[in-house]
Amino acid sequence: MAYGTKVLDHYENPRNVGSFDKADPSVGTGMVGAPACGDVMKLQIRVNENGVIEEARFKTYGCGSAIASSSLLTEWVKGKTLEEAGNIKNTDIAEELALPPVKIHCSVLAEDAIKAAIADYRKKTGKDESVDAA
Amino acid sequence: MRKPIYLDYSATTPVDPRVAEVMCRYLTMEGDFGNPASRSHAFGWEAEKAVERARADVAALIHADPKEIVWTSGATESDNLALKGAAHFYQAKGRHIVTVKTEHKAILDTARQLEREGFEVTYLDPEPDGLLDLAKLEAALRPDTILVSVMHVNNEIGVVQDLAAIGRIVKPRGILLHSDAAQSAGKIPIDVAALGVDLLSLSAHKVYGPKGIGALYVRRKPRVRLEAQMHGGGHERGMRSGTLPTHQIVGMGEAFRIAREEMDTEAERLKRLRERLLEGLSDIEEVYVNGDLDRRIPGNLNISFNFVEGESLIMALKELAVSSGSACTSASLEPSYVLRALGRNDELAHSSIRFTMGRFTTEEDVEYTIRLLHDKIGRLRELSPLWEMYKEGIDLNSVQWAAH
Repeated sequence: MAYGTKVLDHYENPRNVGSFDKADPSVGTGMVGAPACGDVMKLQIRVNENGVIEEARFKTYGCGSAIASSSLLTEWVKGKTLEEAGNIKNTDIAEELALPPVKIHCSVLAEDAIKAAIADYRKKTGKDESVDAA
Repeated sequence: MRKPIYLDYSATTPVDPRVAEVMCRYLTMEGDFGNPASRSHAFGWEAEKAVERARADVAALIHADPKEIVWTSGATESDNLALKGAAHFYQAKGRHIVTVKTEHKAILDTARQLEREGFEVTYLDPEPDGLLDLAKLEAALRPDTILVSVMHVNNEIGVVQDLAAIGRIVKPRGILLHSDAAQSAGKIPIDVAALGVDLLSLSAHKVYGPKGIGALYVRRKPRVRLEAQMHGGGHERGMRSGTLPTHQIVGMGEAFRIAREEMDTEAERLKRLRERLLEGLSDIEEVYVNGDLDRRIPGNLNISFNFVEGESLIMALKELAVSSGSACTSASLEPSYVLRALGRNDELAHSSIRFTMGRFTTEEDVEYTIRLLHDKIGRLRELSPLWEMYKEGIDLNSVQWAAH
């Protein structure tokens, strides 16, 4: 199938590929998806004391759209508060990358990944009183 | 734009220029454009002569009699005619059919249709190497079994089933044996008598002939009967009506004639190319060949690059035209049913690439492919969380995945 130019750009020049130390208390890690479904995303955020995401890293096993969705997400969450980042919707990602209907699940997975990373960070720091156990 | 290197010969082949040249002679006013069924003038007679010459060439490649060749639109139609035609004709004898889970959809979907009509179908699991366990086949046969359909060569993994041995099991029981030979014709020798097949599906476009033409071999001694699926002017001895497409037919005939002459040298050459490709990739970690390597057509190499998803790999290999067993492009997200039937786990099934080489593949193409794969596999594994976990020594089967 033909890919959009934005998907191709992120796929060929993925932003923020890599890993942080999972054990670092300022790092939140979200791992979503399953090999059986053909995509697994790992998204990590490094959060400062003001609750702002300073940096993000990802690794993704999946199709080009899954890689592009997670790459885009790492750009978007940088500089956002946890709350702001938690409000990113899969539809925003799908729209930005012009994903076709069969690839919408890739953007859903990306939304799940940031939510999981935030939840992991809050759990670690004991600040998981918020009600986003979605 | 420079076209990618074509390594998808099992999907289709280019028409050999020698074939195209012959076909052109049967289209225009200057050529033999007549209807082969026209008995009253030279236009028809010349076209008929060409069709019968082509029939003889197709028959010769599989060691059949020309009278046993029925023209169709391709292997899918041949499969439909063989299965439905035999099932409908012999249903008073029994309503049970046996086939294999790794068959082409043209067989599996036709079998499903027959099930809807009240036939019973047993779908056998292949062994992990893609081949059929003959004891399991034998155990599946029943007194009311009328037909066994086993493809000669699998389209995805290229493994060659032992049809002769299957024939020896099926024949004494008076059961018909059909085989889809779309992927084997012109690649490995076929002798319908030695294989013991009663019905054999053929396609032109996998053998450097045109698309849209195929044939069904229908044994005459002892005679196999079929109920026609296409009704009309009673062409092809009533088994398949419809005006014969002369140019397509001469194209298939010429393609099969060339295949008969060149198959041995071509097979030798392709086997060397495949061996070189596999050798060139053997220093990459976690690479798995899908299907038996020895009992396989020369031009096929189906491999899984563990921890790299197939569709993203195809995207990375845009300089190559290959196909993947990962079906992320469809909405289903199901990986190749063929690889799943071999018992391959999901990661490996999602990580497979099929390379199929053919008449116009060069050594340079293969060397380029090897270099490109080294580069791209490394890059994609750097992106892969599964590769990272594997390197950390985590057993991926022990992880609780959130399936979605």
